[in-house]
Amino acid sequence: MAKQYEFPSKGLPYLLVLPQMVVVFVFFFWPAAQAVWQSFFLQDPFGGTMIFVGLENYTNLFKDPTYWQSFGRSFLYAALVAFTAMASALFLAVQANKKIRAASFYKTMLIWPYAVATMVAGVLWLFMFNPNVGVIAYFLKHSLGIEWDHLLNSTQAFLLVTIAASWKQIAYNFVFFLAGLQSVPAALVEAAAIDGAGPGKRFWKIVFPLLSPTTFYLLVMNVVYGFFETFPIIHQATQGGPGQATNILVYKVWRDGVVNLDLGSSSSQSVVLMILVIGLTIVQFRFIERKVTY
Amino acid sequence: MTEHSKLRRIVPHVWLWLAIAVVVFPIFLVFVASTHTNQDILSAPMPLTPGSHLVENYTRALAEGTENLGASALTMMKNSFIMAMGIAVGKIIVSLLAAYAIVFFKFPGRSFCFWAIFITLMLPVEVRIMPTYKVISDLGLLNSYAGLILPMIVSATAVFLFRQFFMSLPREIAEASQIDGASPMAFFTEILVPMTRTPIAAMFVIQFIYGWNQYLWPLLITTKEKYYTLLIGINRMLTGADVLIEWQIVMATTLLAMIPPVLVVVIMQKQFVAGMTDTEK
Repeated sequence: MAKQYEFPSKGLPYLLVLPQMVVVFVFFFWPAAQAVWQSFFLQDPFGGTMIFVGLENYTNLFKDPTYWQSFGRSFLYAALVAFTAMASALFLAVQANKKIRAASFYKTMLIWPYAVATMVAGVLWLFMFNPNVGVIAYFLKHSLGIEWDHLLNSTQAFLLVTIAASWKQIAYNFVFFLAGLQSVPAALVEAAAIDGAGPGKRFWKIVFPLLSPTTFYLLVMNVVYGFFETFPIIHQATQGGPGQATNILVYKVWRDGVVNLDLGSSSSQSVVLMILVIGLTIVQFRFIERKVTY
Repeated sequence: MTEHSKLRRIVPHVWLWLAIAVVVFPIFLVFVASTHTNQDILSAPMPLTPGSHLVENYTRALAEGTENLGASALTMMKNSFIMAMGIAVGKIIVSLLAAYAIVFFKFPGRSFCFWAIFITLMLPVEVRIMPTYKVISDLGLLNSYAGLILPMIVSATAVFLFRQFFMSLPREIAEASQIDGASPMAFFTEILVPMTRTPIAAMFVIQFIYGWNQYLWPLLITTKEKYYTLLIGINRMLTGADVLIEWQIVMATTLLAMIPPVLVVVIMQKQFVAGMTDTEK
């Protein structure tokens, strides 16, 4: 960093960062440390005895086929959500970025759903697909002969939460892709057109590679979203069921900890997830750093 | 650009309208349901045009809620608002101070602070549910606004946005204010913060929505109706045991829960988009 002016003050900077550091330590590092600590114990749910069991919670976890199943589900789910939400958002951003009439109207209409809560998205889709009152469930049954009941059918349950989660994330991706597209120099695309490249070729050979920083950033954010932030949709629409069909990792932490009161197992699962997120953060940061300094 | 056939000009409109339909249809359905009696909704298929019970349903939702809930949408709206404002304003103040210290001061431990904040960047509350719950419970903050707000103030995004903005400013302004005899705090409140109003507005939009839409955390720590937020109320109305779901009230409440954050985004769209895409860099 170049030599820059800095205030000559001793106590003040500490005072300034103090609130942030207090919050970070009390609500972040302390709980994280407790999760690590608790993951080494077997605890009776009513706050009584704690028995040190070493790594037993972890070995039990990794020996448990339902945990691996949940792992697999989460990856499949996050990948499907990321792909669906990103592909459709990119497609729509390309359409809205064309020089067409009412472009700003379209943009607003596709951006505002960002403000819809993930939990509300769960309620909306639950309402449409509810076997008793859902309009779409009714339509599927009476027009297409498909019996819809996501409380009994695992595939349908998985499909429902995937669609609801993707639907909610499109607006977020749209904002970023649109900003990315607007920064692609028009002269470059026009030059390619003059050289005889068709619209498809222009997009895949010029625009798409130029968008790759945005795409990469969104990929990480969408995976994080699918993995962790779609808890409300699962909680609202399927509660992890039927069976284990939609019991993704985050939901399992909640179910085992809050519902089944197995604190040791829940803590070790939290620790695994934290390691996963920290890994993703490092990947993201490496990338951001490279982008800033080149 | 090239290719200007008529079809080519129409196609984007068709796709965009289709997308808007997919986005709007579920919300339209909520609105329709909130204007009918529960009986109409339960008689499959439910009607697809608005009914005549709008005023009745919204009045009931706002004043009393469903029978099993014990909280009115008005109370819950107040709680959602306090929580969203608390999180947005709290984050902005705490982050501005921290970013100011990190950028404008040199002090031992500066990079430690930076990294301690940075590592919280992506760790969502979902991952540390139980231990954070225990901390809040040990501090006696269950069923309180402080308990709803404080753990949500942990987020590195605002610090990074402000840090970036501060670093883009010419350093001479700090030096000049020092020469003019202004204290560092006077420089902060009278020069720096007013200059930062655009990023502050952007952060406000993003964090207000984030706060308003919080779900898992209030679900865990609010057991008293007095502290229910709108989203928690909706969940309780849908999951109460042995009661008939009163869909018309649930849907009216759902719509009420959507309106404030949507309004904020629509009114402040420019700041919102700028704020979102700036945090990426």
